[in-house]
Amino acid sequence: MAEEVKLFGVWGSPFSRRVEIALKLKGVDYEYVEEDLSNKSPLLLKYNPVHKKVPAFVHNGKAIAESQVILEYIDETWKNSPILPKDPYGRAQARFWASFIDEKCLPALWKASWPCEDHEKVKDEAREHLKTLENELKDKKFFGGETVGLVDIVANFIAYWLPRIQKATGAELLTEEKYPKLYQWGHEFENHGVVKEKLPPSDKLIAFFKDRFESVSTSK
Amino acid sequence: MGEVKLIATTQSLFCARIQWALKFKGVEYEFIEEDLRNKSPLLLESNRVYKKVPVLLHNGKSFPESLIILEYIDEVWKHNPLLPQDPSERALARFWAKFSDEKVIFGAFGACRTEGEQQEKAKEAALESLAFLEKQLEGKKFFGGEELGYLDLVVGWIPLWLGVMEEIGGIKLLEEERFPLLHEWSQNFHQIPLIKECLPPRDNLLSYFQASISYHRSLAAKKP
Repeated sequence: MAEEVKLFGVWGSPFSRRVEIALKLKGVDYEYVEEDLSNKSPLLLKYNPVHKKVPAFVHNGKAIAESQVILEYIDETWKNSPILPKDPYGRAQARFWASFIDEKCLPALWKASWPCEDHEKVKDEAREHLKTLENELKDKKFFGGETVGLVDIVANFIAYWLPRIQKATGAELLTEEKYPKLYQWGHEFENHGVVKEKLPPSDKLIAFFKDRFESVSTSK
Repeated sequence: MGEVKLIATTQSLFCARIQWALKFKGVEYEFIEEDLRNKSPLLLESNRVYKKVPVLLHNGKSFPESLIILEYIDEVWKHNPLLPQDPSERALARFWAKFSDEKVIFGAFGACRTEGEQQEKAKEAALESLAFLEKQLEGKKFFGGEELGYLDLVVGWIPLWLGVMEEIGGIKLLEEERFPLLHEWSQNFHQIPLIKECLPPRDNLLSYFQASISYHRSLAAKKP
């Protein structure tokens, strides 16, 4: 029986890239549909009517939205190369850090990356969250231990997008000096054999952020 | 299975859902009432990142964040499952739980604590999000189907807490004609003994939201 596995994403979205990483890690073939967010396809609106966002994931006619919900679905459906640990405590920990990254880290990092009111305060909050992650990583190669897991996948923005925003804007949030473990982790992650195939082109991403920086810096 | 303790407050809707889950599974636990204006060393140690309730303590480990605690409880005590077995049903339950916590709770509170034009706008958004939940009840007695499930516990704040917020805020969101399924579900939900057992006294909640909504409105009035 031909299995339908479809992902609606955007080349530069860390959220849809997360799903691609998980599928690739598990060796699952899928059809990828690149969305134009300024002109959303009827299919995207059909598969994610509530939020109308990417990623939207379809498996044998069933549609799922929200990247972390999709990741858990993928882990439960394709049981090889698990991205969550087996034990309930380990799973709770992984979910906690994944949730922390999405609820606290990413919003703070994104805000701190661009000119804004109270910029120093915003940057301080971002730095505090990076420190929390640095402490959580300890001496592990990945947040998942020896292998890439849910938390690493959810932290993809920190490993790959953030350094490129920094290159584009001159912002300095994640530095090797301040966060040596996190920095090293980022390096391992982006060079991981499977992960690196599912990251957006570096130059294209930097150019995108340069454009954004120019437009937010000049608009009043 | 090891001692279970719950650091919580009786008023918190996030804590209530954990009590419901533990009772649903027949798990004995010690309830540790927290004073949020004077947080205990135990809380600060058990939830260093957020310093919030609820926190579940089990086998020497601490578990914050209510949705994560619910999943942990379901995985440790496997009888009377809260989440469905089928992965796509589980995904739907998780999706709606997230939606409820992000849009419905804060949408409803936003509508209740604002005034005037702001309240009108917030009301529209809150009604829209409630409509999505209403749809999920089509053909079902509970969100979990014939029986209570994970999503019922997550959305279980609606019958009591929303009613109180509406009363203090002077606004009606959950109108029976508009949301007949949610209305009926609310009645059925509150009939269940283990649910009723863990509800805070309505007066306590009224005082709490009176203070909270007054505070928010006075802040808003100060803004230019």
